[in-house]
Amino acid sequence: MKIVIGEGSCGIAAGAHKVQNAFEEIIAEKGLDLSVEKTGCIGTCYLEPIVDVVDDGGKKITFVNVTADDTRRIIEDYVLGENELKELQISESDITMIGKQKRIVLRNSGIIDPERIEDYLAVDGYLAAKKCLTELTPEEIIETIKIAGLKGRGGAGFPTWFKWDAAKKSPGKTKYMVCNADEGDPGAFMDRSVLESDPHALIEGMLIGAKAIGANEGVIYVRAEYPLAIVRLQNAIDQARKKGFLGHNLFETGFDFDLRIKAGAGAFVCGEETALIASLEGERGMPRLKPPFPAQKGYWNKPTNINNVETFANVPWIFRNGGDAYAALGTKESKGTKVFALTGKVKKGGLVEIPMGLTLHDVIFDIGGGIKQDKAFKAVQMGGPSGGCIPASLLDTQIDYAEITKTGAIMGSGGMVVMDETTCMVDMARFFLDFTCKESCGKCTYCRVGTTRMLEILNRITHGKGQDGDIELLEELCYKIKDGSMCGLGQTAPNPVLTTIKYFRNEYEDHIYHKKCTAKSCKPLLTYTIDVEKCVGCGACKKNCPVDAIAGEKKKVHDINQDTCIKCGKCFSVCKFDSVIID
Amino acid sequence: MSQEKQEHGHGCDCGCHGEQPNPFVELNPVLDHYADIPGSLITVLQKAQELYGFLSIELMRYIAIETHNSIAKVYGVATFYTQFRFEPVGKYLIMLCQGTACHVNGSKMIEEAVMDFLEIKEGETTPDGLFTLNNVACLGCCSLSPVMMINDDTYGQLTKDKVTHILAELKEAVNNEATVSETVSQEVTA
Ligand SMILES: Cc1cc2nc3c(=O)[nH]c(=O)nc-3n(C[C@H](O)[C@H](O)[C@H](O)COP(=O)(O)O)c2cc1C
Ligand code: FES
Repeated sequence: MKIVIGEGSCGIAAGAHKVQNAFEEIIAEKGLDLSVEKTGCIGTCYLEPIVDVVDDGGKKITFVNVTADDTRRIIEDYVLGENELKELQISESDITMIGKQKRIVLRNSGIIDPERIEDYLAVDGYLAAKKCLTELTPEEIIETIKIAGLKGRGGAGFPTWFKWDAAKKSPGKTKYMVCNADEGDPGAFMDRSVLESDPHALIEGMLIGAKAIGANEGVIYVRAEYPLAIVRLQNAIDQARKKGFLGHNLFETGFDFDLRIKAGAGAFVCGEETALIASLEGERGMPRLKPPFPAQKGYWNKPTNINNVETFANVPWIFRNGGDAYAALGTKESKGTKVFALTGKVKKGGLVEIPMGLTLHDVIFDIGGGIKQDKAFKAVQMGGPSGGCIPASLLDTQIDYAEITKTGAIMGSGGMVVMDETTCMVDMARFFLDFTCKESCGKCTYCRVGTTRMLEILNRITHGKGQDGDIELLEELCYKIKDGSMCGLGQTAPNPVLTTIKYFRNEYEDHIYHKKCTAKSCKPLLTYTIDVEKCVGCGACKKNCPVDAIAGEKKKVHDINQDTCIKCGKCFSVCKFDSVIID
Repeated sequence: MSQEKQEHGHGCDCGCHGEQPNPFVELNPVLDHYADIPGSLITVLQKAQELYGFLSIELMRYIAIETHNSIAKVYGVATFYTQFRFEPVGKYLIMLCQGTACHVNGSKMIEEAVMDFLEIKEGETTPDGLFTLNNVACLGCCSLSPVMMINDDTYGQLTKDKVTHILAELKEAVNNEATVSETVSQEVTA
């Protein structure tokens, strides 16, 4: 029997290490013959910390939201006793949530120990690479990827076979295979999960790609904010090298390929491929004009192919199961599966991998369990700072590159941030512009100055100083910035604004003309008053008001002077009698 | 002159010709390791920041000379990336996530609570040198939002109360440590 604990970053943040220590203590105390092992993230982050107890026959019981205090019960009552501890076990509905998914990229996540290559080998790891290196020609590898219909999962959805083919045909002896693990979209974490939970799948995918294009050297550019991912990936690379899956004369075919990690230093624009290359070369991460594409002139001006983590993680599965099997999943134009990071105001947040073609409703309500506290769904944000907000009326949209693009959002890397009635859409637009404005590298004037001007306008609207004509001015700037920017950052930065104006124009108008924020989120637009029925005159609000805007005698109803009030919300948070009304 | 001083500069350009000790000797193995690997400037800066906590002008000048880059180039690269800091940070570096998921789940409120408790603004360090507050965009634990990281530990599902509690505990732990070491040193002197 063994105990397996989910130790991705999210599990650790939820307390997995404490749980592990507690188990180890009890096992030592009782002198039990039980091993404690770790695995990655299964994706049901809302259930972390997750503990599997696996018996010698392989039967697995999953305990969820385990605390250090629960560990003793699990050992004494379940492992040693007869009690099933149903109340700690994963519920049927959560099992169904996992069951509705189709796991290709996440096939091993939360199942194998990411720090042991033996675990990966036991699930047929590196057999796909072996087949590609020993049996297939580069043309056949590329053909299989073409049949599978795999598109890049990093955002743009460009056919992978096409890029590999271009890099292969590009003249030159030295070529590079690069993995984009910069995962810049704030709200997406599928790449982190693959790196932490199944790093060998990425290495194997890169190895196959390298064989196809004829690259002998590879680099993985990992976001600086992912320290655990870097540690696990480095460990996996070292193990793969020891086992002969990286290095010289792989599988005795004479083919060489080795990999190294380059840690990013925090710049969203470095997710853009030409900026990423500049950063790899130790420069400021400024994008450059394409063409020439990286396939012609990339890293150190050599032919280079760049793919996203998730793209690579699909590759071994495709060769184990066939391109046709992959293409059988999904829609006509979008094949296979896609991993989404479901977050925000959704009940069951986490990573979900589904076949393309399901609807947004399927993902948010059937798998995600709907909205927290059963509030009203307002919108889902897809594609991060380059994407847009999709309203409730379009919840039946199919998950397919073209269908999502039609809404004005993009598939992006797979962030799905769910918003409810308390989220202000103008504030969301302001939030994204604040992000892109800070992250613009400054090369293109429209992107640099244009996003700054847009942010100013959005700031004034959310501060109750919006003017007639602001919406039109925003729209005009949006189109100019799209036209006047060289790279994807500027070309897509207006999308969050355009989609919110398109679907939530009334919210903009409320802010500008009625000085009202219906979501009650923009503080300067709110008025704070005291409910005369409820106020008991305790004086807490008066004492905490930083500008002395509240008057009233002890035990008598208090009153807020609207002219002095700076709408900081202190009175609301200190009132124990719910007598401060926000409007 | 030691071997080291012949290979490396001595970290200043005051004209002392190496008579002053080199304040950055710890960096020399890093410089040696990456000397022949092109495109390593960012990695060198990262290692330097790990060693010294932040990149001072003197440190960047030393790196520029040793890597045969202009100071402007080194400064230009360092200021491009948000990871690099140019001032010392507190014992505890708070990285508060302001990513999309955290924003939707109220990270602004958490920021206010931190600012209220520590009486500093984003980017600042408390006068006692204990805490530095930095905003970051997404720590990759979005499903536990709002999230923050303090040094290497991640804290999720934050509320105003939870975050003040965490900070108060850290503060208290340091104070206790201080009293312990004070008593110890008193005992030693006694
Ligand atoms: C501003 C900007 C940021 C990007 N960030 C990322 C990123 O974080 N991760 C990623 O894989 N692709 C990102 N991309 C897309 C890459 O440029 C590139 O298309 C992708 O890595 C190619 O891999 P794929 O074909 O496998 O998707 C970004 C693009 C732009 C314009
Ligand atoms: S948005 Fe905060 S952790 Fe991702």
